Amino acid sequence: MTLNRLGTLADPNSFQDPLDLRNTPDEVAFEMLYRMALIRRAEEQIAEMVLAGEIKCPCHFAIGQEAPAVGISMHLRATDRGFGAHRSHSHYLASGGSVDKLFAEVLGRATGASHGMGGSMHLFGEGTAFAGSVPIVAGTVPLAVGAALAAKLDGSGDVGIAYFGDGACEEGIVHESLNLAATMKLPVIFLVENNLYSSHLDINLRQPSDRVARFGEAHGMATEVVDGNDVVKMASVAGRLIERARAGEGPGFIEAVTYRWLGHVGPDANIDVGLRRSAEEVSAWKKRDPIARLEAALLARGVEQGDINALKDNAERAAKDARKKAYDAPWPKETDLLDFVYASGGAK
Amino acid sequence: MTVQSYGKAIRDGFAYLLENHPETFVIGQGLWSPWYVGSSMTELEKEFGKERVIDTPVSEWACTSAAVGASLFGKKPIVVHPRMDFMIFATDSLVNQAAKWSHMLGGQAHPGLTVRGIINRGGEQGAQHSQSLQSWYAHIPGLRVVMPYTPQDARDLLIAATLCPDPVLYIDDRWLYEQEAQMPPAKDIDLTTIKNEVIREGADITLAGCSWGTHLAMEAAAQLEEDGISCEVVDLRVLNPFDGEALIQSVRKTGRLVAIDASWKTCGIASEAITRVVEAIEPRLLRSSPLRITLPDAPAPSSSRLEAIYYPKSAQVVATVKQMLN
Repeated sequence: MTLNRLGTLADPNSFQDPLDLRNTPDEVAFEMLYRMALIRRAEEQIAEMVLAGEIKCPCHFAIGQEAPAVGISMHLRATDRGFGAHRSHSHYLASGGSVDKLFAEVLGRATGASHGMGGSMHLFGEGTAFAGSVPIVAGTVPLAVGAALAAKLDGSGDVGIAYFGDGACEEGIVHESLNLAATMKLPVIFLVENNLYSSHLDINLRQPSDRVARFGEAHGMATEVVDGNDVVKMASVAGRLIERARAGEGPGFIEAVTYRWLGHVGPDANIDVGLRRSAEEVSAWKKRDPIARLEAALLARGVEQGDINALKDNAERAAKDARKKAYDAPWPKETDLLDFVYASGGAK
Repeated sequence: MTVQSYGKAIRDGFAYLLENHPETFVIGQGLWSPWYVGSSMTELEKEFGKERVIDTPVSEWACTSAAVGASLFGKKPIVVHPRMDFMIFATDSLVNQAAKWSHMLGGQAHPGLTVRGIINRGGEQGAQHSQSLQSWYAHIPGLRVVMPYTPQDARDLLIAATLCPDPVLYIDDRWLYEQEAQMPPAKDIDLTTIKNEVIREGADITLAGCSWGTHLAMEAAAQLEEDGISCEVVDLRVLNPFDGEALIQSVRKTGRLVAIDASWKTCGIASEAITRVVEAIEPRLLRSSPLRITLPDAPAPSSSRLEAIYYPKSAQVVATVKQMLN
């Protein structure tokens, strides 16, 4: 039996055209552009800080794959419950997480998103739809299911979002989670960012098909495969599935096909350790840039380049200001080491 | 006061929680089957509804993690693993997730779930149906671990664990289900106020145990009394954060210690009990070297011949105490 494959969706030479903005008002497109630009500019700054040796914690960058997080975030409300993994700056920022707190966190400062206790891989988006991220691959997928179960028990209409990668689909817990969510009809969206690599290994060396949507289909849930570098399509698919979930019609599964411009961890492109990944492949994918494609569509519609540049400059300024502030932020107290172990205090 | 068995006391704990705390729910495998969970959950789903007493697909890991996720949003879930051997699949949920979320997110997220791991062994069930894994889990900061020995604790620790804002592993032992005791009515309890305590006063030697280990200690103490030996028994019902105070005070008084755990010897709870004592008290107060009584460091056998020598008995405690006193 031959499994379905992604075909042209995985080919960087396809899907390079400007996005279709026919059903997207200017202000929505601007908002999406700003959120994507903020993620990129923030991560570029953080990458510089890693290169300079100022940040020590492992940083996994989402540069090039900003669109899935931003697309889905257009439909989230603060009471929704997103859970991410090691590469979650994008999910955190797209959900409205403070960029100042992100920079303080990667520097291990008390004003950080996780009060300086987590670093890049443990982000808590207080007051946003981002409930936390941790680096055990696939470990948070069932947490989103449980958060959705709580929402269902409360009848709140909120949704859980599990952000994970193609590599996580190789772990058993994803199957358990999909089965549980489907049988219990829980309001949860499984968003797989399929960037075709897990650490250094190409998906074709890890799975019998590069198309992970087959897992959602196997569990009988509403499943969509989308060009993950097209923020407009991403938002449209996410909107449809989230609406169903909020209405009690059960979980959804989105495979967003995308690509990270940088390596698994750190600021280099990993073209030396990848078994297939090459400089040519990386530069081909850069032509499928989610930000440039949205920008081209706005220009084609008659938006001024100056307006777009102003918006991108704002994103850059926010990132640079956050970086500056973070250096002056205080360190955690030594007592935090024991004080954060238990909520109830008592016998520590 | 009513007389209640250990197994039924657990059911009383569930009923109290489901009745009085609408944010509680129970999830796990076999919850609609009295066969899986003995007398401890009979017909709870009929009384409180299948929305709150949820029998699930075979998914130890997903259920436990889902409870972590739900607990981050105002729920107080209790996950039931009818045999704790199977919850090893859920170790990530407990060790990497539940125990760590508060700390790694700077005290901003508190998974207040309870995981009930049931010990169910003997009867030639063999190596993967017989484990008592308390020592493993008690090693993990951030995860509270409790183990009731008395029927009242079987009920009250379940209530206290569930109401606690931290993740708690509650381990009950099916060998204790038929024990009976007088019990006052149930009420809300703060887990942090529950300490390990002396449950039998004595002067010559301290016997410290948890769960079935405490049961062996109590049986041995009764037999030794007939020989004029006065044993003090300390029940280690709170294993993490380990509360050594009552134990240390007791050995300071008796000068002798035998620690009993119905699990393995190496890096176990009995080792921890002895260490806490020898670190805390002046060596001259010890009238003999502390000893431990545990399982041998081998997986549980199936054959009843081997089972007979595998599990510690109260006679072994009696013999050890007499040897120590001579």
